[in-house]
Amino acid sequence: MAEKMALAKAINESLRRALDSDDKVLIMGEDVGKLGGVFRVTDGLQKDFGESRVIDTPLAESGIVGTAIGLALRGYRPVVEIQFDGFVFPAYDQIVTQLAKMHARSLGKVKLPVVVRIPYGGGIGAVEHHSESPESLFAHVAGLKIVSPSNASDAYWMMQQAIQSDDPVIFFEPKRRYWDKGEVNTEAIPGPLHKAAVVREGTDLTLAAYGPMVKLCQEVADAAAEEGRNLEVLDLRSVSPIDFDSIQASVEKTRRLVVVHEAPVFFGSGAEIAARITERCFYHLEAPVLRVGGYHAPYPPARLEEEYLPNLDRVLDAVDRSLAY
Amino acid sequence: MTVESTAARTPRRSAGSKAGTTGTKRTTRTTAKKDAGAEPELVQLLTPAGKRVKNAEYDKYVAGVTPEELRGLYRDMVLTRRFDAEATALQRQGELGLWASLLGQEAAQIGSGRALRDDDYVFPTYREHGVAWCRGVDPTNLLGMFRGVNNGGWDPNGNNFHLYTIVIGSQTLHATGYAMGVAKDGADSAVIAYFGDGASSQGDVAESFTFSAVYNAPVVFFCQNNQWAISEPTEKQSRVPIYQRAQGFGFPGVRVDGNDVLGCLAVTRWALERARAGEGPTLVEAFTYRMGAHTTSDDPTRYRGDEERQAWEAKDPILRLRRYLEASNHADEGFFAELESESEALGKRVREAVRAMPDPDHFAIFENVYADGHALVDEERAQFAAYQASFADEGGN
Repeated sequence: MAEKMALAKAINESLRRALDSDDKVLIMGEDVGKLGGVFRVTDGLQKDFGESRVIDTPLAESGIVGTAIGLALRGYRPVVEIQFDGFVFPAYDQIVTQLAKMHARSLGKVKLPVVVRIPYGGGIGAVEHHSESPESLFAHVAGLKIVSPSNASDAYWMMQQAIQSDDPVIFFEPKRRYWDKGEVNTEAIPGPLHKAAVVREGTDLTLAAYGPMVKLCQEVADAAAEEGRNLEVLDLRSVSPIDFDSIQASVEKTRRLVVVHEAPVFFGSGAEIAARITERCFYHLEAPVLRVGGYHAPYPPARLEEEYLPNLDRVLDAVDRSLAY
Repeated sequence: MTVESTAARTPRRSAGSKAGTTGTKRTTRTTAKKDAGAEPELVQLLTPAGKRVKNAEYDKYVAGVTPEELRGLYRDMVLTRRFDAEATALQRQGELGLWASLLGQEAAQIGSGRALRDDDYVFPTYREHGVAWCRGVDPTNLLGMFRGVNNGGWDPNGNNFHLYTIVIGSQTLHATGYAMGVAKDGADSAVIAYFGDGASSQGDVAESFTFSAVYNAPVVFFCQNNQWAISEPTEKQSRVPIYQRAQGFGFPGVRVDGNDVLGCLAVTRWALERARAGEGPTLVEAFTYRMGAHTTSDDPTRYRGDEERQAWEAKDPILRLRRYLEASNHADEGFFAELESESEALGKRVREAVRAMPDPDHFAIFENVYADGHALVDEERAQFAAYQASFADEGGN
């Protein structure tokens, strides 16, 4: 049945459903139990499923992921929470060196159905290490799948699919959108996890984004429409794999592409998209693929983040530059 | 144009969080005594001279060991050493890219390995060839990764022996998580995590101690202190004996003579029994010596002298059990002679198997990257196939 709920609540409901339908699903992380997580995404789950299934862990990220790997080897399906994007790096070795490679190392004998949830991105006025977008650092690693929902319905269904996946999935949650409400139909039949969605059809230029930047791109398209420009907006939903076929189909129609993400542009997912779309659509493109994202600087203090993050004007500026070719 | 408003600020949240605990029972018994200079105090049931010494605490764990089982332990150590020597030779012949020899650590590995039940689970480093032997992993399967035909060629669940882990200490967390799962399942199996003196400095090892203590996980941490982490002596890793670290985490630690197969068997059985009884983790420090180089790429003459090695040769794990078997008339010449020919047969079998090991198919690069597939892997595999096919079109191969 369909219900309007916040994105954070949609993840909560999805985790609840997973815990309810599969005894092997575990929730692990710092403060995920009684507190319900610092963002309340796991609110009430320990109360209903007990301390052995919703596990408050020691404050050690490598330990959280490392023990989750062991639990997965024993047949469990752990969903671990890294409290904030900037805190994932103590676990980076376990994720990159072990979680990503163990299936291949075992020649397919063992599976690692582990979901690593990471609230990510800026725009909430936080202190250092609480606003980063490290998705490219994981997308570069074979063996991991990287997804990021932009809305409540996707958050619900993509979490279901991530937990059902036999591969490790890094689930980037757009924390600035946690409180955005959307319709969630818990009886729908979801599309494939890694397929992009056209959230607005257009003819003049394609805006491609995922997670927190999809809403911004929709606002950009609204603003551009007032000036008579008809932009298409793609919600990529998945950063590894990236649905290049959908981007290609859109770009063959619009002939222009702007990629938007909060992560720094340098070696960001936009760079990979630009390279591959240039290869696939060279004769269709009227302009080089442009990117809007963070700068090659540490994430700035909160009072500067509005200048650092892509915003309406910066994306419109890129749209103007693309259309000027 | 308007600037996007991000004014709808949420409360600033930071991570001043408390680690959760489950309030499990903790044991703080520390069995081993303080260090006593050059010859540290440790649990020893069999002296280097092959004399069986009494130990009030641990004798009961080996009281039922029959002469036949003693001969079995001896056989395990001899065959493991022979296999190890063959692998070193195969590296010298260019058949393996690298080998990490266990020479000198046979008692630590066979003693602990033979303490395990079939349903227990092992998380090894990359040097546990003797434990692999005890688990029934075909020795030739260990050589694939050292030859470069795979990164670990056995099914971990086939013998409850996980793949070798090369990055130091990572597997202690996997063992702890696995043990947490064993406890959740209500099973009375135990898990053993192998690591070395160098790994004791790794954060993952400290975190595995924390997690296992907090969750009272049925895991035995078996540290083979072989005195050297490549070129760095144990003093560069720790200012206290490694087994004493356990106390700070709230579980017992004990040091055992790692060249005494009976001592290692007894102490590991005790630790496993604790795990099965729900008493949580134990740290065993097996005090031993890496008689050879770190790997075949290492040159120990650059950092240690012969005298140390000679001192440890006098404590050889195989020699002391042979002395005991002979003195107690538990084995005759026929046994040793038969074992000698069995050793040579093993060496020959391993040699031939390695030489016959085929290189993997080129497309193995793309296999098992994901369990459920990945569009990019499919695309790159197709590109690679087209590239390879382009040579066939030209009439070449």
